[in-house]
Amino acid sequence: GAAPGAVAAAPRLVSASRRYYEYMFGQSRRRHRGPRPLGARAGPELLELQVVIESREPGCQSYPHLGSSEAYHLTVAEPVAILKADEVWGALRGLETFSQLVHEDDYGSFLVNESEIDDFPRFAHRGILLDTSRHYLPLKSILTNLDAMAFNKFNVFHWHIVDDQSFPYQSIYFPELSDKGAYSYNHIYTPADVRLVIEYARLRGIRVIPEFDTPGHTQSWGKGQKDLLTPCYSGEQPTGSFGPVNPILNSTYDFMTKFFKEISSVFPDAYIHLGGDEVNFDCWKSNPEVREFMKKQGFGIDYAKLESYYVQKILDVVSSYNKGYIVWQEVFDNKAQLKPDTVVQVWMANNYALELSSVTGAGFTAILAAPWYLDYISYGQDWKKYYSVEPLKFPGSEKQKKLLIGGEACLWGEFVDATNLTPRLWPRASAVGERLWSSRNVTDLQDAYQRLTNHRCRML
Amino acid sequence: AENEPPWGVPCTQLNVFVAMPGCDGLPSLDSKESYKLSVSEGSLLLSADTVWGALRGLETFSQLVGRDENGTYYINETEIVDFPRFPHRGLLLDTSRHYLPLRAILETLDVMAYNKLNVFHWHIVDDPSFPYESLTFPELSKQGAFNAMTHVYTASDIQTVIEYARLRGIRVIAEFDTPGHTLSWGPGAPGLLTPCYLGKDPSGTYGPINPILNSTYQFVTSLFKEVSTVFPDFFLHLGGDEVDFTCWKSNPKIRAFMKEVGFGEDYKKLESFYIQRLLEIISSLGKGYIVWQEVFDNGVKVKPDTIIHVWKENPMPYMEEMANVTKAGYRALLSAPWYLNRISYGQDWMAAYQVEPLKFEGVPEQKDLVIGGEACMWGEYVDVTNLAPRLW
Repeated sequence: GAAPGAVAAAPRLVSASRRYYEYMFGQSRRRHRGPRPLGARAGPELLELQVVIESREPGCQSYPHLGSSEAYHLTVAEPVAILKADEVWGALRGLETFSQLVHEDDYGSFLVNESEIDDFPRFAHRGILLDTSRHYLPLKSILTNLDAMAFNKFNVFHWHIVDDQSFPYQSIYFPELSDKGAYSYNHIYTPADVRLVIEYARLRGIRVIPEFDTPGHTQSWGKGQKDLLTPCYSGEQPTGSFGPVNPILNSTYDFMTKFFKEISSVFPDAYIHLGGDEVNFDCWKSNPEVREFMKKQGFGIDYAKLESYYVQKILDVVSSYNKGYIVWQEVFDNKAQLKPDTVVQVWMANNYALELSSVTGAGFTAILAAPWYLDYISYGQDWKKYYSVEPLKFPGSEKQKKLLIGGEACLWGEFVDATNLTPRLWPRASAVGERLWSSRNVTDLQDAYQRLTNHRCRML
Repeated sequence: AENEPPWGVPCTQLNVFVAMPGCDGLPSLDSKESYKLSVSEGSLLLSADTVWGALRGLETFSQLVGRDENGTYYINETEIVDFPRFPHRGLLLDTSRHYLPLRAILETLDVMAYNKLNVFHWHIVDDPSFPYESLTFPELSKQGAFNAMTHVYTASDIQTVIEYARLRGIRVIAEFDTPGHTLSWGPGAPGLLTPCYLGKDPSGTYGPINPILNSTYQFVTSLFKEVSTVFPDFFLHLGGDEVDFTCWKSNPKIRAFMKEVGFGEDYKKLESFYIQRLLEIISSLGKGYIVWQEVFDNGVKVKPDTIIHVWKENPMPYMEEMANVTKAGYRALLSAPWYLNRISYGQDWMAAYQVEPLKFEGVPEQKDLVIGGEACMWGEYVDVTNLAPRLW
């Protein structure tokens, strides 16, 4: 049997090892208080799991990033098991695996099979998108979800934090945004809340990439920031309603410059998601000043050019803060001028394989979300269709395929809040997690079913 | 003036008047659930014929009470006269496909009360597991439950459910579905299920309950005798759905029996034969019964006071089935458009809401035979981790 033992000390690993100790041994109903089970068996015993980080810069004090090494080597043999990794992020993945290997027999003994595991992720970007604008999600929900992500080796939390419906992000420079835009004062994320999420994620090797989606999806921004959104017109008169961010005013860019300065310092990840999806041109078209601007710029009636004009200016703002950016596919489709290291997120389900070809063919890095919109629930075992997606199944060269850095399972919030998030997202997202981590040839549905059912019970 | 309470004279008491006293009885299909609620300055009065109506009125009253920004509770002046359109408003839970711990069932009963649902249809056993702990046949759950220690409902558990329900004016109707949907009965009752054959030899698998053996009817009598005392409602649900004839056809003894009694190749007649004997047993135990629609569709001779439960959307549209069932003079329950386990994206509550149970061709007397309906939450993909958000 295995008896819990000390983990070789590495500062940030201590909290991880305590967490995993609790996962492995804490839930046992028949846990004995003493070091030996009654009637100790004379079998081989595992006394200790040693964790060794190889590199000189183990990464314990820093944040995970796209280039982090998550590979690990796990040897389970009597009397000491060894978990070796280049960086602490690999050690975290290995601890998760080790915890899955430890099981309890009917008599309360903990067992682990002799094993030799050499593991590393297939894709570097393995994310979950949560939407806290359509429905506010209390901190507890977000943190519980980060735990579930760690069980499934997900390493990116794509936080779609604001949108049309509400603006829960409490900005330091622009407090009115959440004062006027949040559902209520109880439905906000303070700077302390945000820091907590980022640190909780970091301890699990999870990057937090915030998305501040513009110029569309911004109705809630207009409540606290006058003149940010475009006033829509009916003939000569403003209708009183507003459209996307107004791209023709200098004040817009002054605001965005200051706003993204704050975002760049609050969120430590190297990337910010800038959105750019589903921009409805009707309101712009209706506004005489916008039409005037279009003429002056020589855009004619091609509003995609105006959208590009806006997007390019925002990209420049964000670049100036040394951040990389991710955008939804429309930004690429509408031919905005993107820096070569832009990441394009493909989300439209129709012909997404062709879109992947186009994006990577143009030399851009891509993330796949299209087949993994988990908010689209349906009756039966839909995990199978998520599992069966092959991300690299698109026409393209080897070089192109290297540009697909991973994918994300998305749980949009129109019909999701704290009362149903966990059972809706899990364990379906586990299918996506395996697809993104495991080798291309791990595709057997029967085998996956067996392991998934066990994994689900373990997660509960 | 600033210091005047904005809400008028404070009221501190809701007077509840029940015409027919007696809180110790059980709710039934005939229970009167009507109530009157009068809220006016200085007077709150809830009156009902029976305690069941008072419960419905209390729920309504609790929904009328609001709270303002200062924390003051208030209620608007109002006159309500209310009664249910249909007397049987049910919810089905399936504790065989996945075991549901007691607290999940009790919590569901609470929410049913918030929604004035008054029948808990307990689909307690089925193919995958047999969690019902029988005193007469302890082996049934010992061999048939997912785990005989942790995944069973003891006699005490069941009494807890029945009493918890009763206090909320909810009837508990147990369903012991036969002759199909009985695989879990087999391990604890050897000889009960039909052995299937592959050619001349038993294949090792089993089918529906074996209708040709006397031992079957002895067993069924004893089991239902116990079930009839454990579950006090007048009605039992006897199932009778989706009987697969393949196994019966494969069994040579059954084929011989079919020839003997002159049923030929019509296995519906064999199904009838079983069901009719079952219904007689249940009647003799003094219970009424509800059956799934196949029993009616397959021409089984049932007593006129049988209730037919309509659940299929094909081959016949359910409204046509409702017309046929009521035309034949039977009472009907509607579930077909309310299979809530069949989830889909978006606001699917609207489709459920827009169902009009009486939208079929028929005379008023027929329509009177529709006593209500049930929302069903089958358990193939449901357990305690997702029951509440999926159902409500």
